[in-house]
Amino acid sequence: MHNERTVISRRLLLQRTGALGVLAAMQQLLPACMVDSLVPVIPPGIPSATLSGEVIDLQISEARLRVDNRSASAMTINGTIPGPLIRLREGQDVTLRVNNLLAEPTSIHWHGILLPFDMDGVPGVSFKGIDPGTTFTYRFPVRQSGTYWYHSHSRGQEMRGMYAPLIVDPIEPEPFRYDREHVVILSDWTSESPGTLFANLKKLPGYYNFQRRTLTAFFDDASRMGWWPALQDYLAWDEMRMDPTDFADVTGHTFTYLLNGLSPSANWTGLFQAGDRIRLRFINAAAMTFFDVHIPGLTMTVVQVDGQNVQPVSVEEFRIGVAETIDVIVEPRKEHAYTIFAEAMDRSGYARGTLATRTGMTAVIPPRRSRPVRTMADMGMHMEHQGMGGVETSGASSKPKSSDETIKAEHGNHKHGASHSAGQHEISDEHLMVRRHSEIPGHESVKHGPDDHGTGNQTIAEYSRNMMHEPGRGLEHSPRRVLLYSDLKSLAPYPDQREPEREVELHLTGNMDRYLWSFDGKKYSGAPDPIPFRYGERLRLTFVNDTMMEHPLHLHGMWMYLENGSGAFLPRKHTVIVKPAERLSVAITADAPGRWAFHCHLLFHMEAGMFRVIEVSGHEHGGYS
Amino acid sequence: MKVRGRVAVIAMACLLNGISVPYAIAQAGDATDRGSSKAVSPQQKWPLPVDDEEYRLFTLVDVLEYRPSTAKRESGSDYRWDIEGWYGGDYNRLWFKSEGQRDTAFKADSDVDFQLLYGRFIQKYYDIQVGGRVETQSFRGATVTRAQTVIGIEGLVPYNYELEAALFIDLDGKVSGRLSLTKDFMLTQQLIFQGRVESNMAVQRVERFTTGSGLNNLEFGVRLRYEIRREFAPYVGFSLERSFGETATLVRQEGGDPSQVRLVAGLRAWF
Repeated sequence: MHNERTVISRRLLLQRTGALGVLAAMQQLLPACMVDSLVPVIPPGIPSATLSGEVIDLQISEARLRVDNRSASAMTINGTIPGPLIRLREGQDVTLRVNNLLAEPTSIHWHGILLPFDMDGVPGVSFKGIDPGTTFTYRFPVRQSGTYWYHSHSRGQEMRGMYAPLIVDPIEPEPFRYDREHVVILSDWTSESPGTLFANLKKLPGYYNFQRRTLTAFFDDASRMGWWPALQDYLAWDEMRMDPTDFADVTGHTFTYLLNGLSPSANWTGLFQAGDRIRLRFINAAAMTFFDVHIPGLTMTVVQVDGQNVQPVSVEEFRIGVAETIDVIVEPRKEHAYTIFAEAMDRSGYARGTLATRTGMTAVIPPRRSRPVRTMADMGMHMEHQGMGGVETSGASSKPKSSDETIKAEHGNHKHGASHSAGQHEISDEHLMVRRHSEIPGHESVKHGPDDHGTGNQTIAEYSRNMMHEPGRGLEHSPRRVLLYSDLKSLAPYPDQREPEREVELHLTGNMDRYLWSFDGKKYSGAPDPIPFRYGERLRLTFVNDTMMEHPLHLHGMWMYLENGSGAFLPRKHTVIVKPAERLSVAITADAPGRWAFHCHLLFHMEAGMFRVIEVSGHEHGGYS
Repeated sequence: MKVRGRVAVIAMACLLNGISVPYAIAQAGDATDRGSSKAVSPQQKWPLPVDDEEYRLFTLVDVLEYRPSTAKRESGSDYRWDIEGWYGGDYNRLWFKSEGQRDTAFKADSDVDFQLLYGRFIQKYYDIQVGGRVETQSFRGATVTRAQTVIGIEGLVPYNYELEAALFIDLDGKVSGRLSLTKDFMLTQQLIFQGRVESNMAVQRVERFTTGSGLNNLEFGVRLRYEIRREFAPYVGFSLERSFGETATLVRQEGGDPSQVRLVAGLRAWF
């Protein structure tokens, strides 16, 4: 039996004692507030409120956030960062009134929530946005349960603090037991404005990378790999005009990584009693950062991913892509402190918190790992074609098979007729027939077609293949058991078990020399027409990542059923990580009429144009089912 | 005269930097591309979900340096600059460039140029640039000026060399060209060694601009910079330069030295 009441009353207690502290802090801060021209400064550690019920009011306003004694302009939901936890119950109707006190338009998107498309909160797709001084009322029935989050979908506002957890409690009891729970919301914070960050990246894409290959790195590699192989490797990357150390566009050079709004030194602490089963609801609300999370001394049992129940998997570490959520259960047995360690994928920093039996306890912060390096496998090079021995990290990729079975789905061969709306390729039926023999689409590597996606795209994955059974670059040598996408199986089969009727292939493209990001080589402005889905159809969306970076792709309004070989138990997600040179397929049931956003959830990839609108049409009655 | 010419160029550069074309104009341009597909719907009055066509201004002061005089030389210390930048989006840009030099192996006295170009992004790494150039130099104590048409290419070639190549055609049909290649080597994350090769060529002899036909000059330079910030890096270095054939003769006649080794100290900056 899980004891939720205790948890909530504990939260309330914290909230009230916290409020007293805030009052005291405010008085001390008064001169600072006046300097900052009446914009309130949020001191670290104000607990966010919890809101529930049928009607919820949210206010968006400007503030300053103080992180490690440095304050910077921020945007808040109800005055805190993260914003208030919204806690709903499956089956209820909810009305959310969002009042915009900013000087610019804003919006709130309910990430992962199924709702009518005009309530989805994407300016320019589902509505006009919320103008300054106005209130927009969202109204929708809550038809699901789990851990989600909500955030602004307007320009860089999410990065400036407009994100918060959203939890929906199920009608049926949870299929797992826990005694208490904590939300762990990860984010990245900088005192630079999103506009400055984006401009810096456009002018110098490597602006924030301070882990590039240098002369000293070369000497290190040469002593390890030998001079000639090291030189060959360095020259190979130079020849391609690519940087193998490119793991994060924006790094710890400017970011402070936050856990529940607190910096590593402020050390958020979640309390427990020895023997408790603790549910941790991890949410990656960062704008640009993937985190690798582990808790030394504890095994984590993954029970939900993106709010959806999965068959429990015990892991010691997981990678959480931007916008994903992962719920785990941990059972600390001792009166002990445990560090929640969320290291940025590029190893340029970390977020940290502590699980402890009383406040003030700390545990050792694990040693930092060295930055990973891309290999030719990330470029989608066929191993036989690679011809350059001594790639730094031993190729974690299993050798792509080029046997007779290789499916020749050279998408570029297909005619780009007028019937094809911009930015998609359809695969003919015979290819689908072949594809069915393979349980996981892309299990066998597929050669790229002749279309190189134009000037907006720098490289192509010559061979792409599915990598859901790999932990991802930087974790391939982890001594810990790392969560894999191929581990995920839904707890119960979902109702729609139809085989997809058709396939739409989208290539993830970009040009790192110019900081361009797109699908099929076209930015959103170059392909503004919606990708059509027919209402009620079951289709396969296949992503081919031609870039050298991981992209968290987010589809609004509908689930993506991850085709990971789980048969009838395909897990469903709202956000899917696609690795460099990976070919990954999801099945979709187009059951939500209307216009929906589909995009990379890395904020600046989206803003650079890695964005599409999907339109589900053909529903007789309008509205939604 | 020299000073005035230089000031004029700087003024032009500043003016261009100061121009802020209203954002609305850029947006209006996009709307025409976009509005074609469907009948007017309320959505068309909505803002765009993402703003992927924002225009930006970029200015790179790649070389801005002081060149102290060497002991054996009679002329004093002097300056040199190489500035370029653009205003625009990802594919279409308005480029501006200016170079100024004095007492180099190629230009005996001062030489200043300014270019205004339209650039189009092609082939994943390059900008094709077309536009005009004004060049002013002193010749036998007088200031001479010429206008040229420019056709150029700029971008990143394999092995990460920055290439800039241009063909200049003046009003009399005289053709000349310039090629430069630079490459950065990172010693540490902030200490960067830049190698630079530059060369000028001409088809015809143009005496007023101390240009012979054929290969005019070749310059090899190294600069070691320290990036205090990415945008701001003081440097030191040296350059070896030499002019050839008729060009060398003309430079010598002007009182210049067609073969030089110079120390440089300067600032590389961008914004």
